[in-house]
Amino acid sequence: MEFKDYYKILGIAKDASQDEIKRAYRRLARKYHPDISKEPDAEQKFKDIGEANEVLSDPEKRAAYDKFGSNWQHGQEFDPPPDWDAGFEFSGGGYTGSTAHSDFFEELFGRTHFSRGGGATFRMQGEDQHAKVLITLADAYHGARKTITLQRPVVDSGGHVRTKPHTLHVTIPKGIIEGQRIRLEGQGMPGYGGGPGGDLFLEIAFAEDPIFRADKRDIHLTLPVTPWEAALGASITVPTLGGKVQLSIPPNSQTGKKLRLKGRGLCTATQQGDQYVTLKVVIPQPETEEQRRLYREMAKSMPFNPRSHMGV
Amino acid sequence: MEKKISVCSGMVLDEDTCLNLARLCRICNVSADLISDMIDEGLIVPKGDTPESWYFGAVEVRRVQTAIRLQQDLRINIPGAALVLDLLEEIEELRRRLP
Repeated sequence: MEFKDYYKILGIAKDASQDEIKRAYRRLARKYHPDISKEPDAEQKFKDIGEANEVLSDPEKRAAYDKFGSNWQHGQEFDPPPDWDAGFEFSGGGYTGSTAHSDFFEELFGRTHFSRGGGATFRMQGEDQHAKVLITLADAYHGARKTITLQRPVVDSGGHVRTKPHTLHVTIPKGIIEGQRIRLEGQGMPGYGGGPGGDLFLEIAFAEDPIFRADKRDIHLTLPVTPWEAALGASITVPTLGGKVQLSIPPNSQTGKKLRLKGRGLCTATQQGDQYVTLKVVIPQPETEEQRRLYREMAKSMPFNPRSHMGV
Repeated sequence: MEKKISVCSGMVLDEDTCLNLARLCRICNVSADLISDMIDEGLIVPKGDTPESWYFGAVEVRRVQTAIRLQQDLRINIPGAALVLDLLEEIEELRRRLP
Protein backbone atom coordinates (compact mmCIF):
# COMPACT_ATOMS: atom_id res chain seq x y z
CA MET A 1 0.00 0.00 0.00
CA GLU A 2 1.25 3.47 -0.84
CA PHE A 3 1.33 6.41 1.49
CA LYS A 4 -0.93 9.23 0.30
CA ASP A 5 0.22 12.77 0.97
CA TYR A 6 -3.11 14.53 1.30
CA TYR A 7 -1.43 17.93 1.56
CA LYS A 8 0.38 17.35 -1.71
CA ILE A 9 -2.83 16.16 -3.36
CA LEU A 10 -4.54 19.43 -2.44
CA GLY A 11 -1.38 21.44 -3.22
CA ILE A 12 -1.22 23.09 0.20
CA ALA A 13 1.34 23.47 2.97
CA LYS A 14 1.28 21.23 6.02
CA ASP A 15 0.32 24.21 8.21
CA ALA A 16 -2.55 25.32 5.94
CA SER A 17 -5.56 26.75 7.75
CA GLN A 18 -8.96 25.05 7.56
CA ASP A 19 -10.09 27.85 5.22
CA GLU A 20 -7.16 27.25 2.91
CA ILE A 21 -7.99 23.55 2.79
CA LYS A 22 -11.60 24.32 1.95
CA ARG A 23 -10.63 26.72 -0.84
CA ALA A 24 -8.04 24.37 -2.31
CA TYR A 25 -10.51 21.50 -2.27
CA ARG A 26 -13.29 23.48 -3.94
CA ARG A 27 -11.01 24.81 -6.65
CA LEU A 28 -9.64 21.35 -7.47
CA ALA A 29 -13.06 19.69 -7.21
CA ARG A 30 -14.35 22.03 -9.92
CA LYS A 31 -11.27 21.43 -12.06
CA TYR A 32 -11.33 17.64 -11.87
CA HIS A 33 -15.05 16.94 -11.64
CA PRO A 34 -15.57 13.98 -14.01
CA ASP A 35 -18.53 15.71 -15.67
CA ILE A 36 -16.40 18.74 -16.48
CA SER A 37 -12.81 17.66 -16.92
CA LYS A 38 -11.63 15.96 -20.10
CA GLU A 39 -8.46 14.64 -18.46
CA PRO A 40 -8.34 10.86 -18.69
CA ASP A 41 -7.62 10.38 -14.99
CA ALA A 42 -10.05 13.05 -13.77
CA GLU A 43 -12.20 10.54 -11.92
CA GLN A 44 -9.28 9.19 -9.90
CA LYS A 45 -8.02 12.70 -9.16
CA PHE A 46 -11.49 13.77 -8.07
CA LYS A 47 -11.67 10.80 -5.69
CA ASP A 48 -8.20 11.56 -4.31
CA ILE A 49 -8.98 15.20 -3.60
CA GLY A 50 -12.32 14.21 -2.06
CA GLU A 51 -10.54 11.79 0.22
CA ALA A 52 -7.82 14.34 1.07
CA ASN A 53 -10.52 16.86 1.93
CA GLU A 54 -12.42 14.35 4.00
CA VAL A 55 -9.38 13.78 6.19
CA LEU A 56 -7.92 17.29 6.34
CA SER A 57 -11.21 19.17 6.78
CA ASP A 58 -12.03 17.09 9.85
CA PRO A 59 -9.81 18.33 12.74
CA GLU A 60 -9.85 14.92 14.47
CA LYS A 61 -8.81 13.00 11.37
CA ARG A 62 -6.31 15.66 10.41
CA ALA A 63 -4.64 15.49 13.82
CA ALA A 64 -4.40 11.71 13.56
CA TYR A 65 -3.02 11.91 10.04
CA ASP A 66 -0.50 14.60 11.01
CA LYS A 67 0.75 12.47 13.88
CA PHE A 68 2.80 10.30 11.55
CA GLY A 69 2.26 11.92 8.14
CA SER A 70 5.34 14.16 8.39
CA ASN A 71 7.73 11.23 8.11
CA TRP A 72 6.30 9.80 4.93
CA GLN A 73 6.71 10.62 1.26
CA HIS A 74 3.84 10.51 -1.23
CA GLY A 75 3.73 7.12 -2.94
CA GLN A 76 6.15 5.48 -0.48
CA GLU A 77 5.33 1.93 0.60
CA PHE A 78 3.38 2.22 3.77
CA ASP A 79 2.24 0.06 6.67
CA PRO A 80 0.63 1.82 9.57
CA PRO A 81 2.24 1.24 12.95
CA PRO A 82 0.11 -0.94 15.22
CA ASP A 83 -2.38 0.98 17.38
CA TRP A 84 -1.35 4.21 15.68
CA ASP A 85 -4.81 5.69 16.08
CA ALA A 86 -5.25 4.92 19.77
CA GLY A 87 -6.87 7.84 21.48
CA PHE A 88 -8.71 9.15 18.44
CA GLU A 89 -12.40 8.76 17.88
CA PHE A 90 -13.91 9.05 14.45
CA SER A 91 -17.49 9.94 13.87
CA GLY A 92 -19.10 9.37 10.48
CA GLY A 93 -17.83 11.85 7.94
CA GLY A 94 -19.99 13.75 5.47
CA TYR A 95 -18.54 12.38 2.29
CA THR A 96 -21.19 12.79 -0.33
CA GLY A 97 -22.45 9.60 -1.80
CA SER A 98 -19.52 7.42 -2.65
CA THR A 99 -18.52 4.57 -0.40
CA ALA A 100 -15.24 3.90 -2.17
CA HIS A 101 -12.08 4.97 -0.38
CA SER A 102 -8.49 4.08 -1.12
CA ASP A 103 -6.90 1.17 0.73
CA PHE A 104 -4.67 3.74 2.40
CA PHE A 105 -7.68 5.60 3.78
CA GLU A 106 -9.35 2.43 4.98
CA GLU A 107 -6.21 1.20 6.69
CA LEU A 108 -6.08 4.46 8.62
CA PHE A 109 -9.66 5.29 9.33
CA GLY A 110 -11.34 1.93 9.06
CA ARG A 111 -13.71 0.57 6.49
CA THR A 112 -17.19 1.87 6.11
CA HIS A 113 -19.60 0.02 8.35
CA PHE A 114 -23.16 -0.57 7.32
CA SER A 115 -24.48 -1.98 10.57
CA ARG A 116 -25.84 1.32 11.76
CA GLY A 117 -26.95 1.44 15.40
CA GLY A 118 -30.35 2.24 16.83
CA GLY A 119 -32.08 -1.01 16.00
CA ALA A 120 -34.07 0.54 13.15
CA THR A 121 -33.93 -1.36 9.87
CA PHE A 122 -31.83 0.58 7.42
CA ARG A 123 -33.00 -0.09 3.90
CA MET A 124 -31.81 1.89 0.94
CA GLN A 125 -31.47 1.59 -2.81
CA GLY A 126 -27.89 1.18 -4.05
CA GLU A 127 -26.17 3.97 -5.93
CA ASP A 128 -26.20 4.22 -9.69
CA GLN A 129 -22.92 3.35 -11.29
CA HIS A 130 -21.48 4.81 -14.49
CA ALA A 131 -18.89 3.23 -16.74
CA LYS A 132 -17.54 3.60 -20.28
CA VAL A 133 -17.35 0.73 -22.74
CA LEU A 134 -15.00 0.92 -25.69
CA ILE A 135 -16.37 -0.89 -28.74
CA THR A 136 -15.35 -1.15 -32.38
CA LEU A 137 -17.40 0.34 -35.20
CA ALA A 138 -18.09 -3.21 -36.37
CA ASP A 139 -19.59 -4.00 -32.93
CA ALA A 140 -21.82 -0.95 -33.23
CA TYR A 141 -22.88 -1.83 -36.76
CA HIS A 142 -23.69 -5.49 -36.17
CA GLY A 143 -24.43 -5.48 -32.44
CA ALA A 144 -22.25 -7.48 -30.07
CA ARG A 145 -21.85 -9.01 -26.68
CA LYS A 146 -19.20 -7.46 -24.47
CA THR A 147 -17.70 -8.67 -21.24
CA ILE A 148 -16.98 -5.92 -18.77
CA THR A 149 -15.48 -6.06 -15.32
CA LEU A 150 -16.27 -3.47 -12.70
CA GLN A 151 -14.82 -3.07 -9.24
CA ARG A 152 -17.69 -3.25 -6.82
CA PRO A 153 -17.77 -2.88 -3.06
CA VAL A 154 -19.31 -5.77 -1.18
CA VAL A 155 -20.01 -5.99 2.54
CA ASP A 156 -18.42 -9.03 4.15
CA SER A 157 -19.69 -10.96 7.16
CA GLY A 158 -17.85 -8.62 9.53
CA GLY A 159 -19.64 -5.58 8.09
CA HIS A 160 -16.51 -4.37 6.26
CA VAL A 161 -16.61 -3.07 2.73
CA ARG A 162 -14.20 -4.63 0.25
CA THR A 163 -14.02 -4.34 -3.52
CA LYS A 164 -14.50 -7.37 -5.67
CA PRO A 165 -14.46 -7.67 -9.44
CA HIS A 166 -17.93 -8.07 -10.89
CA THR A 167 -18.12 -9.41 -14.42
CA LEU A 168 -21.06 -8.72 -16.68
CA HIS A 169 -21.88 -9.91 -20.17
CA VAL A 170 -23.74 -7.10 -21.84
CA THR A 171 -25.62 -7.13 -25.12
CA ILE A 172 -24.66 -4.15 -27.28
CA PRO A 173 -27.60 -3.55 -29.60
CA LYS A 174 -27.09 -3.00 -33.31
CA GLY A 175 -26.84 0.64 -34.34
CA ILE A 176 -25.74 2.14 -31.03
CA ILE A 177 -23.69 5.30 -31.45
CA GLU A 178 -20.96 7.05 -29.51
CA GLY A 179 -22.14 8.80 -26.38
CA GLN A 180 -25.34 6.83 -26.08
CA ARG A 181 -25.90 4.88 -22.91
CA ILE A 182 -27.30 1.54 -21.94
CA ARG A 183 -29.16 1.44 -18.65
CA LEU A 184 -28.99 -1.88 -16.83
CA GLU A 185 -31.60 -1.78 -14.13
CA GLY A 186 -30.47 -3.06 -10.75
CA GLN A 187 -26.90 -3.74 -11.95
CA GLY A 188 -25.37 -0.74 -10.13
CA MET A 189 -24.19 -0.72 -6.54
CA PRO A 190 -25.95 -3.22 -4.32
CA GLY A 191 -28.67 -1.87 -2.02
CA TYR A 192 -28.35 -1.69 1.74
CA GLY A 193 -30.46 -3.71 4.15
CA GLY A 194 -32.23 -5.62 1.42
CA GLY A 195 -32.87 -2.50 -0.68
CA PRO A 196 -32.78 -2.82 -4.48
CA GLY A 197 -29.54 -2.32 -6.38
CA GLY A 198 -28.86 0.92 -8.22
CA ASP A 199 -28.70 1.07 -12.01
CA LEU A 200 -25.62 0.70 -14.15
CA PHE A 201 -25.22 3.19 -16.99
CA LEU A 202 -22.77 2.14 -19.69
CA GLU A 203 -21.65 4.90 -22.01
CA ILE A 204 -20.52 3.84 -25.46
CA ALA A 205 -17.18 5.05 -26.82
CA PHE A 206 -15.74 4.02 -30.19
CA ALA A 207 -12.22 2.71 -30.64
CA GLU A 208 -10.20 4.45 -33.35
CA ASP A 209 -10.72 2.73 -36.71
CA PRO A 210 -8.03 2.70 -39.43
CA ILE A 211 -10.56 3.13 -42.27
CA PHE A 212 -13.87 4.50 -41.05
CA ARG A 213 -14.78 7.50 -38.93
CA ALA A 214 -18.19 7.88 -37.29
CA ASP A 215 -20.06 11.15 -36.88
CA LYS A 216 -23.22 10.28 -34.99
CA ARG A 217 -24.99 7.79 -37.27
CA ASP A 218 -22.98 8.59 -40.39
CA ILE A 219 -19.80 6.83 -41.37
CA HIS A 220 -17.09 8.72 -43.26
CA LEU A 221 -14.43 7.23 -45.46
CA THR A 222 -11.74 8.72 -47.69
CA LEU A 223 -11.46 6.74 -50.91
CA PRO A 224 -8.29 6.96 -53.02
CA VAL A 225 -9.04 6.90 -56.77
CA THR A 226 -6.85 7.00 -59.89
CA PRO A 227 -6.88 10.04 -62.21
CA TRP A 228 -8.60 8.02 -64.97
CA GLU A 229 -11.30 6.72 -62.60
CA ALA A 230 -11.96 10.30 -61.50
CA ALA A 231 -11.86 11.70 -65.03
CA LEU A 232 -13.80 9.05 -66.90
CA GLY A 233 -16.06 7.74 -64.18
CA ALA A 234 -15.93 4.19 -62.86
CA SER A 235 -17.64 1.58 -60.76
CA ILE A 236 -15.43 1.01 -57.72
CA THR A 237 -15.59 -1.51 -54.88
CA VAL A 238 -15.87 0.35 -51.56
CA PRO A 239 -15.65 -1.13 -48.07
CA THR A 240 -18.57 -0.46 -45.72
CA LEU A 241 -19.14 -1.76 -42.21
CA GLY A 242 -21.64 -4.21 -43.69
CA GLY A 243 -19.27 -5.50 -46.41
CA LYS A 244 -18.12 -4.46 -49.87
CA VAL A 245 -20.44 -2.51 -52.16
CA GLN A 246 -20.12 -1.10 -55.69
CA LEU A 247 -20.03 2.66 -55.94
CA SER A 248 -20.30 4.45 -59.23
CA ILE A 249 -18.04 7.48 -59.57
CA PRO A 250 -19.37 10.07 -62.02
CA PRO A 251 -17.02 11.40 -64.73
CA ASN A 252 -15.12 14.64 -63.96
CA SER A 253 -14.89 13.94 -60.23
CA GLN A 254 -12.25 15.80 -58.24
CA THR A 255 -10.54 15.26 -54.92
CA GLY A 256 -12.96 16.22 -52.14
CA LYS A 257 -16.09 15.11 -54.00
CA LYS A 258 -18.47 13.52 -51.55
CA LEU A 259 -20.73 10.61 -52.46
CA ARG A 260 -23.41 9.13 -50.25
CA LEU A 261 -24.22 5.47 -49.70
CA LYS A 262 -27.69 5.65 -48.26
CA GLY A 263 -28.43 3.48 -45.23
CA ARG A 264 -24.84 2.21 -44.98
CA GLY A 265 -24.17 3.96 -41.66
CA LEU A 266 -25.18 2.95 -38.15
CA CYS A 267 -28.84 2.00 -38.35
CA THR A 268 -31.44 0.75 -35.90
CA ALA A 269 -34.96 -0.38 -36.67
CA THR A 270 -36.08 3.26 -36.63
CA GLN A 271 -32.96 5.35 -37.24
CA GLN A 272 -30.82 5.47 -40.35
CA GLY A 273 -27.25 6.50 -40.95
CA ASP A 274 -25.42 6.86 -44.27
CA GLN A 275 -21.87 6.33 -45.41
CA TYR A 276 -20.14 9.30 -46.99
CA VAL A 277 -17.28 8.57 -49.35
CA THR A 278 -14.85 11.44 -50.01
CA LEU A 279 -12.73 10.97 -53.11
CA LYS A 280 -9.01 11.58 -53.11
CA VAL A 281 -7.30 11.48 -56.48
CA VAL A 282 -3.91 9.84 -56.20
CA ILE A 283 -1.47 10.06 -59.08
CA PRO A 284 0.78 7.15 -60.04
CA GLN A 285 4.49 7.90 -59.96
CA PRO A 286 6.08 7.39 -63.37
CA GLU A 287 8.88 4.89 -63.05
CA THR A 288 9.80 4.04 -66.62
CA GLU A 289 10.64 6.22 -69.63
CA GLU A 290 7.41 4.99 -71.24
CA GLN A 291 5.39 6.22 -68.28
CA ARG A 292 7.12 9.61 -68.23
CA ARG A 293 6.37 9.90 -71.96
CA LEU A 294 2.68 9.33 -71.24
CA TYR A 295 2.65 12.23 -68.77
CA ARG A 296 4.42 14.50 -71.29
CA GLU A 297 1.91 13.49 -73.95
CA MET A 298 -0.95 14.33 -71.60
CA ALA A 299 0.59 17.74 -70.90
CA LYS A 300 0.76 18.37 -74.63
CA SER A 301 -2.71 17.22 -75.60
CA MET A 302 -4.56 18.37 -72.46
CA PRO A 303 -3.33 21.89 -71.65
CA PHE A 304 -4.58 22.64 -68.13
CA ASN A 305 -3.88 25.37 -65.58
CA PRO A 306 -5.25 24.43 -62.14
CA ARG A 307 -4.09 27.84 -60.82
CA SER A 308 -5.96 30.05 -63.26
CA HIS A 309 -8.29 31.32 -60.48
CA MET A 310 -5.18 32.68 -58.72
CA GLY A 311 -4.37 34.81 -61.74
CA VAL A 312 -1.07 33.03 -62.37
CA MET B 1 -11.55 -14.88 -6.30
CA GLU B 2 -15.31 -15.15 -6.48
CA LYS B 3 -16.88 -13.90 -9.69
CA LYS B 4 -20.51 -13.41 -10.45
CA ILE B 5 -21.48 -13.77 -14.07
CA SER B 6 -24.75 -12.73 -15.58
CA VAL B 7 -25.84 -11.88 -19.08
CA CYS B 8 -27.92 -8.78 -19.41
CA SER B 9 -29.28 -6.43 -21.98
CA GLY B 10 -30.55 -3.08 -20.92
CA MET B 11 -32.53 -0.17 -22.15
CA VAL B 12 -30.71 1.95 -24.72
CA LEU B 13 -30.98 5.67 -24.15
CA ASP B 14 -31.06 6.89 -27.75
CA GLU B 15 -33.08 9.06 -30.14
CA ASP B 16 -36.14 6.86 -29.61
CA THR B 17 -36.13 7.23 -25.84
CA CYS B 18 -39.46 8.63 -24.73
CA LEU B 19 -40.16 8.77 -20.99
CA ASN B 20 -43.04 10.23 -19.08
CA LEU B 21 -42.43 12.21 -15.89
CA ALA B 22 -42.75 9.19 -13.59
CA ARG B 23 -40.23 7.17 -15.60
CA LEU B 24 -37.77 10.07 -15.73
CA CYS B 25 -38.03 10.50 -11.94
CA ARG B 26 -37.54 6.78 -11.44
CA ILE B 27 -34.48 6.54 -13.69
CA CYS B 28 -32.82 9.65 -12.28
CA ASN B 29 -33.92 8.89 -8.72
CA VAL B 30 -35.36 12.36 -8.16
CA SER B 31 -38.70 13.90 -7.20
CA ALA B 32 -41.16 15.35 -9.68
CA ASP B 33 -40.78 18.68 -7.86
CA LEU B 34 -37.08 18.80 -8.69
CA ILE B 35 -37.82 18.01 -12.35
CA SER B 36 -40.40 20.77 -12.34
CA ASP B 37 -37.79 23.23 -10.94
CA MET B 38 -35.34 22.15 -13.64
CA ILE B 39 -37.96 22.76 -16.32
CA ASP B 40 -38.71 26.22 -14.86
CA GLU B 41 -35.01 27.07 -15.10
CA GLY B 42 -34.81 25.75 -18.65
CA LEU B 43 -32.30 23.09 -17.63
CA ILE B 44 -34.45 20.59 -19.51
CA VAL B 45 -37.24 21.14 -21.98
CA PRO B 46 -40.01 18.53 -22.09
CA LYS B 47 -42.10 17.82 -25.14
CA GLY B 48 -45.80 18.23 -24.48
CA ASP B 49 -47.78 20.96 -22.73
CA THR B 50 -49.01 19.69 -19.38
CA PRO B 51 -47.15 17.54 -16.82
CA GLU B 52 -49.47 14.66 -17.75
CA SER B 53 -48.43 14.83 -21.38
CA TRP B 54 -44.78 15.68 -20.83
CA TYR B 55 -42.23 13.34 -22.23
CA PHE B 56 -38.45 13.33 -22.14
CA GLY B 57 -35.58 11.93 -24.21
CA ALA B 58 -32.07 10.59 -23.55
CA VAL B 59 -30.63 14.12 -23.52
CA GLU B 60 -32.90 15.08 -20.63
CA VAL B 61 -31.87 11.98 -18.63
CA ARG B 62 -28.22 12.90 -19.04
CA ARG B 63 -28.76 16.57 -18.18
CA VAL B 64 -30.76 15.77 -15.04
CA GLN B 65 -28.18 13.24 -13.84
CA THR B 66 -25.25 15.58 -14.48
CA ALA B 67 -27.05 18.48 -12.78
CA ILE B 68 -27.58 16.34 -9.69
CA ARG B 69 -23.92 15.36 -9.54
CA LEU B 70 -22.86 19.00 -9.96
CA GLN B 71 -25.24 19.95 -7.17
CA GLN B 72 -23.99 17.26 -4.80
CA ASP B 73 -20.28 17.48 -5.54
CA LEU B 74 -19.74 21.16 -6.29
CA ARG B 75 -22.75 22.78 -4.58
CA ILE B 76 -23.94 24.26 -7.89
CA ASN B 77 -27.61 25.24 -7.89
CA ILE B 78 -30.03 24.55 -10.74
CA PRO B 79 -29.52 27.78 -12.73
CA GLY B 80 -25.75 27.34 -12.34
CA ALA B 81 -25.96 23.72 -13.46
CA ALA B 82 -28.05 24.76 -16.49
CA LEU B 83 -25.32 27.23 -17.46
CA VAL B 84 -22.56 24.63 -16.94
CA LEU B 85 -24.45 22.09 -19.08
CA ASP B 86 -24.95 24.59 -21.90
CA LEU B 87 -21.28 25.56 -21.87
CA LEU B 88 -20.16 21.93 -21.75
CA GLU B 89 -22.32 21.18 -24.78
CA GLU B 90 -20.84 24.11 -26.63
CA ILE B 91 -17.29 22.95 -25.82
CA GLU B 92 -18.21 19.46 -26.99
CA GLU B 93 -19.55 20.85 -30.27
CA LEU B 94 -16.40 22.95 -30.81
CA ARG B 95 -14.19 19.93 -30.06
CA ARG B 96 -16.07 17.92 -32.65
CA ARG B 97 -15.32 20.55 -35.26
CA LEU B 98 -11.58 20.39 -34.62
CA PRO B 99 -9.78 18.37 -37.28
